[in-house]
This record gives sequence, C-alpha cells and structure tokens, in this order.
Amino acid sequence: MAIESEVLVVGGGLAGLTSAIAAAREGADVRLVSYKQSTLRHASGLVDLLGYTPDGEGPLTDPYAAMADLPASHPYRTVGVDTVREAMSMFDEVTDYEGGHTDTNALLPTHGGTVKPTARYPRGAAAGIASDDRDVLLVGIEEMTDFDAPHAAAHLDAAGVPFDVRGETIRFPGDLRADAKVTRYAKLLDTDGEVAVRGRKRPAREALAARVNPLIDDETRVGFPSILGDDHADEVRRDLGERLGADVFEVPMGPPSLPGLRLEDALFEALDESGASFETGNPIVDYEGEDVIERVFMEKNGARIPLSADQYVLATGGLVGKGIESDREGVVEPVFGCHVPHSDDRYDWFDTDVFGDHPFAGFGVETDADLRPLAADGTVEFDNLRAAGGVLGGYDFAAEKSGSGVSIATGYAAGTSAAAEGQ
Amino acid sequence: MSDAQSPDFDPVEPNTGEDFEPVEVFPDSDDFDLRPGADSCYKCSTCDTNCPVAEVDDEFPGPKFQGPEQWRLKQTDDDYEIDDSVMSCSNCMRCDNACPSGVPLSQMHNTARGEYVSEQMDKLSVEYVRNRILANYRTSAWFASKVPRLANFAMNFGPARWVMEKTMGITSERDFPEFAQRTFREWWADRGGADASRRNAREARERRGEPAEADKKVAYFHGCYSNYNTPEVGKAMVHVFEHFGYEVVAPEQKCSGTPMFANGMLDDARRHAEVNVSSMSDLVDQGYDAIASCTSCSMALRQEYPELFDIDGIEDVAANTFEAIEYLRIHEDIRDEIRAADVSGDLADEFAYHAPCHARNQGLDRQAVELFRDLEGVGIEDVGESCSGISGTYGWKEEKYEKSMEIGDEMFDHMEHAEGSTGMTECPTCAMQMEHGTGYEIRHPLELLQAALVE
Ligand SMILES: Cc1cc2nc3c(=O)[nH]c(=O)nc-3n(C[C@H](O)[C@H](O)[C@H](O)COP(=O)(O)OP(=O)(O)OC[C@H]3O[C@@H](n4cnc5c(N)ncnc54)[C@H](O)[C@@H]3O)c2cc1C
Ligand code: SF4
Ligand code: SF4
Repeated sequence: MAIESEVLVVGGGLAGLTSAIAAAREGADVRLVSYKQSTLRHASGLVDLLGYTPDGEGPLTDPYAAMADLPASHPYRTVGVDTVREAMSMFDEVTDYEGGHTDTNALLPTHGGTVKPTARYPRGAAAGIASDDRDVLLVGIEEMTDFDAPHAAAHLDAAGVPFDVRGETIRFPGDLRADAKVTRYAKLLDTDGEVAVRGRKRPAREALAARVNPLIDDETRVGFPSILGDDHADEVRRDLGERLGADVFEVPMGPPSLPGLRLEDALFEALDESGASFETGNPIVDYEGEDVIERVFMEKNGARIPLSADQYVLATGGLVGKGIESDREGVVEPVFGCHVPHSDDRYDWFDTDVFGDHPFAGFGVETDADLRPLAADGTVEFDNLRAAGGVLGGYDFAAEKSGSGVSIATGYAAGTSAAAEGQ
Repeated sequence: MSDAQSPDFDPVEPNTGEDFEPVEVFPDSDDFDLRPGADSCYKCSTCDTNCPVAEVDDEFPGPKFQGPEQWRLKQTDDDYEIDDSVMSCSNCMRCDNACPSGVPLSQMHNTARGEYVSEQMDKLSVEYVRNRILANYRTSAWFASKVPRLANFAMNFGPARWVMEKTMGITSERDFPEFAQRTFREWWADRGGADASRRNAREARERRGEPAEADKKVAYFHGCYSNYNTPEVGKAMVHVFEHFGYEVVAPEQKCSGTPMFANGMLDDARRHAEVNVSSMSDLVDQGYDAIASCTSCSMALRQEYPELFDIDGIEDVAANTFEAIEYLRIHEDIRDEIRAADVSGDLADEFAYHAPCHARNQGLDRQAVELFRDLEGVGIEDVGESCSGISGTYGWKEEKYEKSMEIGDEMFDHMEHAEGSTGMTECPTCAMQMEHGTGYEIRHPLELLQAALVE
C-alpha cells in the first residue's frame, strides 16, 4: 500500500503551494508534501514579477510588456505571458494582496531606504507606496537594528521621492528584551497585551501610539517596521491609525519576515479550502520508476513511507531552499537526480567580480514547454514530472527581481497541466 | 531503483557534523556536548518565529539562543554556564521543524537543559523537587491507580491544592486528571491479553478475506496516560487494529520520558528509555511494529531517544515506530473504509480539532482532519496552528500558568468560533488544556475511528 493521490506536489514554498492550489481547483485529488518551512519567511512578502531586465535595465514600468524580450530559456517565455496573467489572477483571488488593478509595477520603499518595483504588495504596505505624494514619518524601534528609520528616510529623500520623509527612533513601550522576536511584538499588538510604562500597565497599542504621537508634525502617513500584528494585522493598523490620526503602513523587512509568514499562512488556508491534503516536516528522499515515476518515499526517522500519484510536481526551491545542491563535484537536483546544466569547470560557476553576472544564480533544471525537466541529451526525464519555481534554471531572481512571480507563474502552469493529465 | 542517481543528498539526517555519536549523558559520563549542528546555523532566525514561548515571555531569548548561540558562548568562554532561561523552553519542538539548514534545535535544548539541571541546579530547591515530581508522573499515577477514588478526591481537594501551590509551585488553577477505575492493563489482562487478540485478529482477517496466516502484528506502546487516565483510548486502539486484522501485544513499558526531557531529568529518562527500548526491540526483531496512540510517546521513541541516548537497538525501534492512525494510513485502505462508513449516536458530532506540537513535528498535524472530512455523520474543523500552551508539565508550574494560558488563548478563541463544541486531539495534555480553557469534552481520533469502523 501507499498513500495515493492524483497529483503529488513536492515542496511547500510559493511554487508548490500555487501548483497544489491550481491543481485542486481543477478538481484533482492533490497532496502536497514539504520538508521545512519555505523561503517565504526570508523574503520580504512583496511579490515581484519583473523589476529589471537580465541586462539590468529598469526599474521596469510594465513587466508583462518586457517579457517578450526575455531570452527564450526564461521560465516566463516557457509558460507564456497569458499564463503569467492567469496565474497572477488566481493569486489575487486567494490572497488579499494589492496591486492587481494595474499591469504596471508599484514602487515600494524598503527597510534600507531604496525604492523597489513590485507587482503585488500586502495590504499593510499599501499606504507606504512611493508614488503617493503625502508626507511620511518613518518610525524605527531602537531594539530592531535592521531598520534605521532616519537613515532610511535620508536614503528615500536622496532617491527623489515626491514627498517629504523623516525618520524617528523610539523605544518600544514596556522595555522588551533587546533581542525580542518579531513574533513577540506582533503578539503583543495582536492581543493588545499590557506593557509596563513608568510602572503603570497600559495596553500595548495605546502605549505605542502615545510614544509616536508627539513625533508627528503634519505627516499623514506613518510607517513602522513590519511587526504590526499577525492574526489581527488589519485591526492593529486601523487602531493605531485612529490613535495617530494618520494612515499607518508597514515597511517590508528582511528575515525573519512577518509579511512572508502571513502570506504563507494565507496560501495554506487557500490550499485547505481547495480540498487538497498536505503534510510538512519530512523530506522526500527517493523514488521508484524508469520513464515514469511510480512512487516516491518520504523519510521519517529511518522509516520510508511510500506515496504514489499519477502526476508529480517538483517544487523544492533553488540553492537556498535546498532544491538544488552543489558541492565541489558538481550541481545536482537531489530528489529525482534531474540534470542541471553547468560547466564542468567549477571556476566558471561564478564571476570574479562579486557583483558580477554569476552563472550559479541561474542554476536549475531545464524543461520542455510543458515544464518537464530535460536530461542532458534533451529528452524528457520522466513523463509525469513537472518542475516549478526556484528549482528551474534560466533566470536570476535576485538580479531581475522576479522570484515570486516566476514561482507563481510556473507553479500555476505545472499544477494546471498536471491536473489535466492526472485525472 | 534510483539510489545511484541521488548521490550524497540526505536531507533527512539532522546536521550533526561529521562523526557525531549520541552523547552518553548519563550515568557513565557527564560530558554534555552541545555541538552537533551548531556550525550550520546561519542566524536566519526562522526558528525564533516558531517559538510560542518567545512570543509571550520577555525573559525567554528563543531557540536560536538556547541552541547554537549557547554553544558559541561556551566556545569562547570556558566558564560559561548554561543560561537558566533554558528551563523556560517547553520542549514543544516547534523550532525543530523550522530550520532550513537542519540544526537539531530540540536536541541541543534537551542537552543544555540536562547540563543545567545536573550541574547548576540546586537539588534541594523546591523547583527541583517539584519538577522531579511532575516529570515522574508515572510514579504518582501508579500509586493513584491503586486507590483511584481516593486519589481523584484528594488531588482536587481545595485546601490540599492550596498547600501544593504555596509549597511546591504547582498551580491550583487546574484540575488534576481523573484516574480510571480500571487501568488499560487491567482491562487487557482480564480480556485475555495477547492470546485473545490473536484470536480476534484471525477472525477479522477471515472476515476481510485476507490470508489467515498474514503477518500483521503490532506492539502497543500505550504510555502512562491511556493506561491510568483514559483507558478508553487504549481500548479503541486495540479494537481498531484488530478490526483490520492486526494481532496486538502490550509489552512491559515505563514512561516514554517526555516529561523528563522537558525538565532536564535525563538520567530518569534514560532509565525508562532502556526498559522501553529493550522490550520493543525484541518485538521489532520478531517483526512487530511499535504503535503509539500518544504523539509525544511516538516522538520520544522515534526522535528523542536516538538523539540523546546510545541504547542497543534504538535505531531499529525508531525506524519501526508509528503513530496508530498513521500506520493504518500507510498499510490499509482506511480512506475507502471511512468513506463507506457513517457514525451515529454519541460520537455523531462536530469536532474542533487541535494538532499537538509533537504531532506537527511528525508531519501528522493534518491527518485527522483529512481523514474524517470524508466521514458521514461528523464534522471536523482544524482550529489553527497555535500551540495549546500546556506543553506537558510546563502549564502545571505555578510561575508558568499564566503564560501557558496566554499561548493557548488563540486556540481557545478558534475553538469557540468552530462549529462544534466537542474537542479532539491526540495529546492527553493538550486535551487537558483544551478542556480547561473552553470546558469542552475532548475525544481522541481513535475513539471516532472505532465508532465509525468497529461499532
Ligand atoms: C533571502 C531571500 C529574499 C527574497 N526576497 C524576495 C522579494 O523581496 N521578492 C520576491 O519576489 N522574491 C524574493 N525572494 C525569492 C522568492 O522568495 C523565491 O524565489 C520563491 O519564494 C521561491 O519559491 P519556491 O517555492 O520555488 O522555493 P522555496 O520557497 O525555497 O520552497 C521550497 C520548499 O521545498 C521544500 N523541500 C526541499 N527539498 C525537499 C524534499 N526533498 N522533500 C520535500 N520538500 C522539500 C523546502 O523545505 C521548502 O519548503 C527572496 C528569496 C530569498 C532567499
Ligand atoms: S533556523 Fe536554523 S539557521 Fe536559522 S537561526 Fe535557527 S538554528 Fe540558525
Ligand atoms: S522547543 Fe518550543 S519552547 Fe523550546 S525553544 Fe523550541 S519552539 Fe521554543
């Protein structure tokens, strides 16, 4: 016996979740299995489609328009612009992200004080958008050294944003420990828990607003690092906004990222609603089959648990997500042993210039038009295996600012196509 | 086979470094080794976003500090002593699941806690004595089971509880669990033990059209709780397995050690582990698989024992230990049987299901929900990913009680918003917390499975 389904998705990041949701919505019996938590917790929570061309031109205004000029090997070219659009509209349906009203990129301030072109952004970041001309106050938390508000404000100013921006730093009320976790702040604000201010207990939101209020001049927007609640983030923002008499927004932060975590939660919820099954915590380590994959094995403390399906989607991520592994010998896709094109000479994997054009950034499997991984001789590796997301080659998400977009687009395409064949 | 094609990749192995052997922590050696995996930590803090204690407790620096950072501090400072905050870690093991580079966090915490308790904690302190009593629940339960009525009365007798809180730091907010009038083992022996089970399983196989000689046999690790407090769970496990044609045995066993790990009592844990591994490994050799109905027990046998102790046969036992329903899902077409079944009567109900942290860690957090959503006559709703907050003995400590309730608050809230007003979970202490926070009655998935397939 084995645990059976029509479509089995391996990997629970943005690509895996999107393909499982897409396949389940097509009516397939879907199961998603994932080892660890995804790289969404490291990412900003912004969904970038295409911010720059591979040659570094940008920021791009219309990412869709630029897709036709991408190299033929690029995943967006593989799935086609129409599919990218469909994928993004499914994403819009299952999340409450903003930005879907237009084709053009939005410009969002980052915690470093740069402005970033992005296609979709969380509702909590919306009031911070850089094309708005209302003045901004950025509020940093002394204990959170990742976000230096005055510094970020100066940077934004130098970038020529169309509004005045100032930064101020406060101590979070209640004197939390110096290395308090983002989840500690979020929980306090979510539950409006009590904090002690000069010996007196006050609700956290009220106490925070009391610290910020005297700092506001005539700014009508106030930005905080993204710590404003988890389960009740909208309510926390609304409440703070009323107390401050200004629109409140969150500036996307580096890891660990609360917006990334919230997005992950929302997608798992959508997956649950779509009727799919899922399981996390244990890796797929092996498979059986020649030209078609018959079943795969999950490893649990030495026990090998068989799972079988008609169609499989490989969404195990790139070098960071451990979907692609490299050592001194070479570069491999470790679960199915799919071919990863790379130079035999290790010294060709990177550019001697640290910020140069590193081939390793684009390492990943090559596929046919239906996203099926190709062997070295150009033949399809397995008839019933498709790949999506970071495990794909042919693009450099960091340089192009295309990471989440490629994961969503290829995840959607792989899931839809697997469902069509798997039923 | 594909072995040839997937060369060195072994995402399973926790990252313990080159030739790491489990440390012989007790009794022959007091050399605690915090090292395994520490070097792989790249400080991404993903683990910290999973810690329910760090979320509510200002004093608690979080899993990254408890594990890899304490190790670094020990490297640079010979006199560095384990920080006492490690005693605030509830051993929920949520951080384990998070780390993208495979740092075995809970193993490091267990080791650090063991070192702290063995070398730094005052053995005459109230805290030590209290923790030792809480950790050795089995001993108290054994006494209590001899006089269940008296114990049930005495343990929840107001003035006595007041004294326990004041002198021992055991919260008087909670009701002690009730002791059953007849333990699971008493029931099992009266029923005819393994012989009776063999007969029942054989009949079931004939009824199911399976070969009479089929090799279907399991060794039940019932743990303390389903023996002394909820024998109905143990009975359900036996009935369900026999229904599928499995012969059940109930070998000699002690506490799984879970409460001892959480209190740094590694020598106690080891003593119990040795008995458990020895009786289970003999059976595993004979082709039995070890089955548990409590997810903390299966976690201990599968993961904590091999991580912490070097006991003969433990690797084999670990690889052949399963949670009860998980086992049936792998070996039987349980989904089909459930689709064909329905439930009426007592258990025809809407359930608010909470996945225990230790189930989550074994990848079992979705199992009950996904299985029972096809069952006619019942509804089941996942109440979300929050930790229940009790974490075994953690929520029994007077100084932790409020934090424990604060962690559980999200779960209580979701339970109250759920359709049903009966709770469901695999973990006996989570069940205690669910009941305490909402007043709901709590059932075990095996009881529902029994109602659907056996009754
Ligand atoms: C630090 C950082 C910052 C980023 N910032 C941005 C940003 O601002 N905007 C943007 O658009 N993009 C950003 N990205 C990129 C974007 O997050 C990723 O490209 C995208 O999320 C990748 O998704 P994925 O699903 O392909 O892979 P991942 O998110 O890596 O998920 C892979 C999953 O597969 C699982 N897995 C791996 N091996 C196995 C196995 N053997 N069995 C089972 N499961 C397995 C892993 O545990 C993991 O959960 C960033 C990425 C990083 C690393
Ligand atoms: S998740 Fe792992 S790598 Fe990241 S900080 Fe925690 S232990 Fe270190
Ligand atoms: S085991 Fe639980 S309480 Fe302890 S550090 Fe890890 S997540 Fe926190």
